[in-house]
Amino acid sequence: MMAATKPLVSSIAAPSQQGSSNALAHVEVEKVVKIFRGAKKTADVHALGPVDFSIRRGEFFAVVGPSGCGKSTLLDVMAGLSRPTAGKVVFEGSQVLGSVPSGIGAVFQDDASFYWLDVSENIAFGLRQNGTDPEEVRRRLDYAISFMGLHDFAKAHPAQLSCGMRQRMCIARTLVMQPRLILLDEPFGALDQQTRLLMGEELLRLWRETGASILLITHSLDEATMLADRIGVMSARPGRFIDIITTGWPRERTSEIVSDPQFGAINAHIWTLLRKESLLSMRGQQGSAENRG
Amino acid sequence: MSDAGWIRLAVIAAAVLALELACRLGYVDAFTVIAPSQMAAALINVLTSRELLIEISASLLKVAVAVSASVTAGIVIGIVLHPMKRVRRIVDPLLSSYYALPLFAFYPLFIVLLGVGAASIILMGFVTALGAMVLSTLDGLDQIPQVLTKVGRMHQMGPIASMLRLQLPAAAPYVLAGGRLAIAYAFIGVIASEFILSGQGLGFEIGFAYNSFDTRMMYGLILFILLLVIVLNLVLHAWDDRLRLRRRPVRD
Repeated sequence: MMAATKPLVSSIAAPSQQGSSNALAHVEVEKVVKIFRGAKKTADVHALGPVDFSIRRGEFFAVVGPSGCGKSTLLDVMAGLSRPTAGKVVFEGSQVLGSVPSGIGAVFQDDASFYWLDVSENIAFGLRQNGTDPEEVRRRLDYAISFMGLHDFAKAHPAQLSCGMRQRMCIARTLVMQPRLILLDEPFGALDQQTRLLMGEELLRLWRETGASILLITHSLDEATMLADRIGVMSARPGRFIDIITTGWPRERTSEIVSDPQFGAINAHIWTLLRKESLLSMRGQQGSAENRG
Repeated sequence: MSDAGWIRLAVIAAAVLALELACRLGYVDAFTVIAPSQMAAALINVLTSRELLIEISASLLKVAVAVSASVTAGIVIGIVLHPMKRVRRIVDPLLSSYYALPLFAFYPLFIVLLGVGAASIILMGFVTALGAMVLSTLDGLDQIPQVLTKVGRMHQMGPIASMLRLQLPAAAPYVLAGGRLAIAYAFIGVIASEFILSGQGLGFEIGFAYNSFDTRMMYGLILFILLLVIVLNLVLHAWDDRLRLRRRPVRD
């Protein structure tokens, strides 16, 4: 059994206290709000915020919350794929202004494999796109293929791979770009529980080896508790952090921590927080469905 | 070959055999339809006639120009229209009803603009093929999962790089399907135009044979066009199948 280095759910602090002005902050999200303007005769949708938090360099931060609370919107804003309506995101001291800064990589839940390219070409896509030296491409490609265990499938096309292997390929495609911040939007959402656990271990190995900061969006409380240093728990829409929980796991952790009693305690604590929000979210969805009906 | 392929081949063989018998036994007037074996013999005559090969080359050249122009223009128009949501709302219904338009009604206009000759015939082939290409390109670009566009942006791809290296390859099966239709429509446009108003080309030769009651020559030329279009389509279909096979993910 693996012992946690810090007490259970110890440093739960009000989100505002966890926020900006942190000298060690790798990414700072400051009072970010996202409102989607409605088209004709439809109301605006306040999807997110205000959200205020930071991720330290080399930290593994997970975000959990009810469906539709704005988790993916938060990721899009942090990646520079979408502009916040208010507030700002600062990555390595520079504000993210509606375009993706170099040093940020992302893996999404949906299958993002380029079906017309083989596995090697998929993984090297970004490097070739930015004109990396072919020798360097080869070196990083070999490393990523070896790291993700895709040796035997380097010349296979995505359609020949299982769902898990395609996702590993997409992670490798992000890995070769050597991002300093990796954003993961439910990357294992389509996988079965056993594969999720193993992929989680691979992710931890990747995190330790690269030293990158990671933001993981997930629906799975187990996944968040097992993988993250801190877990941000979001409210129903518009998503705000209702709590940020420090897990206190050692950096050299594996999926074996799921049998640690503290694992269950952290999970229970998150569920206590989330249950009410999930009910609110469900009622909200039902309400809007009835209104539409 | 698949079972369906064998059945298809058997049905065609049976139809050809039935026609052969009907012609040989006199159930069908030889002045109206000749036996398939005679059509094949006429086809050999067509392929060994230097004069006809020149006519065929002229027609194929026109088709090739019409297809190249319509495929290029169709892809470009599709790319330009795709992100213009408001324009699409206006244009999409017009494009959908493109083939309800009697395009041949514009042929006199083309003659007024370009004169009698290859240019107006190529324009007719181009116009008949263009709609399919635009629609297929738009359809293909519409089908691209949003996540691929996101990945392109994560790799700091500009709109042109994203279109050339990501969106067009992703839309390739649809674009290729449009290309297949464009070839078929260009053949129709060119051959029919030659048939109506031209002094050379395959269409003209078919019309000439018809007017001269040279049934053998007429069927030989028709058989040639049929086989050519079928072979071209089969080649493109095989390519299309390979692309679609790559696209289809395995089940876990």
